[in-house]
Amino acid sequence: MDRIEVSNLNRQFLFRLEDVGKPKAEVAAKRVLERVSGVNIVPHFCRIEDKEIKFYNDFTIIALGLDSIEARSYINAVACGFLEYDEDDNPREETIKPMVDGGTEGFKGHARVIMPGVTPCFECTIWLFPPQVKFPLCTLAETPRTAAHCIEYAHLIKWDEVHNGKAFDPDDPDHMKWVYNEAVKRADLFGIPGVTYSLTQGVVKNIIPAIASTNAVISAACALEALKIMSGCSKTLSNYLTYNGGEGLHTKVTEFVKDKDCLVCGPGVLIELDVSITLQKLIDQLEEDPKLLISKASIIHQGKNLYMQAPPVLEEMTRSNLSLPLYNLMGKVSKDVIHVSGMASKNDKKISCLRKLRVVFKGIDGVTDMDMAGGA
Amino acid sequence: MTMAEPKTKYDRQLRIWGDQGQAALEKASICLLNCGPTGSETLKNLVLGGIGSITVIDGSKVELGDLGNNFMVDDSSIGQSKAKCVCAFLQELNDAVKAKFIEEFPETLIASNPSFFSQFTLVVATQDLDSGRTIGSAKMSSGLYLLQVNTSKRQAHNALMEDSMIKLDRICREANVMLVFARSYGLTGLVRISVKEHTVIESKPDHFLEDLRLNNPWPELRRFADSIDLNVTDPIAHKHTPYVVILVKMAEEWTKNHSGSLPSTREEKKEFKDLLKAKMIAMDEDNYKEAIEASFKVFGSKGISSELQQIINDSCAEVDSNSSDFWVMVAALKEFISNEGGGEAPLEGTIPDMTSSTELYVNLQTIYQAKAEADFLVIEKHVRNILKKIGRNPDSIKKSTVKSFCKNARKIKICRYRLIEDEYNNPFLPQLQKYLTDEDYSIAMGFYILLRAVDRFAANYNSFPGQFDGGMDEDISRLKTTAVGLLSDLGCNGSTLTEDLINEMCRFGAAELHAVAAFIGGIASQEVIKLITKQFVPMSATYIFNGIDHKSQLLTL
Repeated sequence: MDRIEVSNLNRQFLFRLEDVGKPKAEVAAKRVLERVSGVNIVPHFCRIEDKEIKFYNDFTIIALGLDSIEARSYINAVACGFLEYDEDDNPREETIKPMVDGGTEGFKGHARVIMPGVTPCFECTIWLFPPQVKFPLCTLAETPRTAAHCIEYAHLIKWDEVHNGKAFDPDDPDHMKWVYNEAVKRADLFGIPGVTYSLTQGVVKNIIPAIASTNAVISAACALEALKIMSGCSKTLSNYLTYNGGEGLHTKVTEFVKDKDCLVCGPGVLIELDVSITLQKLIDQLEEDPKLLISKASIIHQGKNLYMQAPPVLEEMTRSNLSLPLYNLMGKVSKDVIHVSGMASKNDKKISCLRKLRVVFKGIDGVTDMDMAGGA
Repeated sequence: MTMAEPKTKYDRQLRIWGDQGQAALEKASICLLNCGPTGSETLKNLVLGGIGSITVIDGSKVELGDLGNNFMVDDSSIGQSKAKCVCAFLQELNDAVKAKFIEEFPETLIASNPSFFSQFTLVVATQDLDSGRTIGSAKMSSGLYLLQVNTSKRQAHNALMEDSMIKLDRICREANVMLVFARSYGLTGLVRISVKEHTVIESKPDHFLEDLRLNNPWPELRRFADSIDLNVTDPIAHKHTPYVVILVKMAEEWTKNHSGSLPSTREEKKEFKDLLKAKMIAMDEDNYKEAIEASFKVFGSKGISSELQQIINDSCAEVDSNSSDFWVMVAALKEFISNEGGGEAPLEGTIPDMTSSTELYVNLQTIYQAKAEADFLVIEKHVRNILKKIGRNPDSIKKSTVKSFCKNARKIKICRYRLIEDEYNNPFLPQLQKYLTDEDYSIAMGFYILLRAVDRFAANYNSFPGQFDGGMDEDISRLKTTAVGLLSDLGCNGSTLTEDLINEMCRFGAAELHAVAAFIGGIASQEVIKLITKQFVPMSATYIFNGIDHKSQLLTL
């Protein structure tokens, strides 16, 4: 969904100065198609969440060049959502949607292969990501010591005090200049050195330094893994590569292990329901369920939209299902998998999320075992 | 086409190496030998970053097979000079870079015009294997899909063979031009730096203990700590006393009660931490929690690291009129450490953020900055005196350079690399044997041997093993013989490489995969950047890439 910016040009070699402002997807596709024959590239200028989930099932492999944990979490849930298990709780090979993921920061980077159901998925190893640095409010408000404290004071506290409801836009140079000037004022007041415009941008936008060489290394690693997965010509990375090129050169391969209770790539969160429960009741219950806490849930069963919160036309089409029993909507089977997408709370932020649910209807067929059905 | 505003275009990299690093890149001139995929990818990253100038040397023409692995040539390039086409593409990426090409085979230039290379800051030397190929896939009898190279019956040429490499290495060494070798071969590859000596002041390590001197405070710091009462009654003030002050005071009290020594045994260290805990008057006193966590900084030994000790003991620290500025400053550092420094290097001067009132924190910062400045002035005097002694202008080293040296004194690094000839003719046998037998290194070492063996193979048989259809079995056995011969020449008698690895090397058929070339090119370009900016630390050994399981290794050879 991004457009090309000037600061991309030091490393994103498919873009030129005259492309600034245009959608990255479209320009990248065009440039590659100009030079490489026999390949088919279709650009989609949109957010990854804008695509229907079944869109992603069309692909053999998904390669990720994302820049946030939230985005990775989302696509990971999508890919793992296709995964089905057999009666012995083994993943069905034809439902495994491989992903290769990479990321860089300065001289550091990582590349990994995710085979849902086999290797750990993104969620299984979420603990790998340290929580983002947040300054305590009292430091910002009362005892600033560093330039970053002064900047965040201007950005997070002073802005709202003065701008009464107007949202701060990090891409608006006037907004950024205002924050910079306020940060300088505060720094002067406390005798703190070091506030520069560059630092202001870096702190407010959480700018990550990036260079062509590290990105070349990591993207090449991902491309190589994708080639090996698709051609079978060699064994693949198993399963996480970390790279650091600042102090000499260090690479390490770690074989992380899947979390068998993972909510995302595991067989699914078990939920026992009465046959009488309506779809509306289920949606309400999902908001309360401590294992899920999903609000504004949309429900999909076997690729069919049972209820969609958006867009308005789909909402209208599926609204009548809300009052019907879920059991009926699911074709009166005793147990099956449904997919739930909605909003979940994480660190005081609301993010898109997707979860697999193993629904078991109570009192049907006297079935009591917890095995998941792979389909009706 | 107007140029992009450099400060904006380079913003994301300026945050790493700053204006000085960028200036060094923009002054540099790079010569690339052979612009196959590996060389092209290396140069691409440098051009994007704003390197001063590039000169591409390659005698070959673009062929159909090149379209399968070199992004810098396209349909319209076929039949034209590869150097010309690659240059044209690179120029598009950054019009601030001066791009030239010479349609000539590197071996010819190396043999006939060695002085040609003296004009460059750095040479990147890569292989370029016969490009009359297309890469397809075929099912082999074992049932595995393999990448097979279909080749024409052309000879293997353009490989930068052993002799040329050795000659080039000597030429560059003599002309004081830096050299980086980069090579891709199937799922393996290699990057090797060759420079006599590369010194780094701004090594910028990720993690390095701050220079707090909690176990050896100087008078001003002591006086400041004395002026603060830890037992202040106001609870706000109590929890905003910075941990540096807490630890300096507590350490002093301890030494008074323990005949001048700091905690050294496990029990003593625990006791010290307990004393800190006992001073907390509330659970939320972050400054005391920080003090407890940082208490290990009090227990550490005084003085300089063994690595720095080695540097000041190096024979190059005995300076004369030919010594570099770096070594003159090291000589000054050595004098400082044994005199005014009292065994310590100059104070770095910054302190990390810590829970504190603004006033105390800023005061503390000022004290550290003042001491750093004072140490710098002493070292500067030493530098000027040494310059005079060795017959140089005492002002010939800039103040800012000396300042940067002082700030980074504890982190300076030296990288020295053997000549290729030396590596080939005088191998460190025990090291080689260790690599060949160690589980973690044997595959990387095997690839290193085989990369040299395939060159010998090509010299004998005019093609690389597995390069042509048919004859795979014969190639495997010939490669094995060649590799065993090489091992024996190196003195590693009795060591063998696994059949698997030899088969694998033949399977590669000297193919240059774009993804592997891009990876190797990424690594090579990163090393070039570190060498030119003189920031961060270049790899100190030969990098052997393993694209099978990514367990690549650095081999000190």
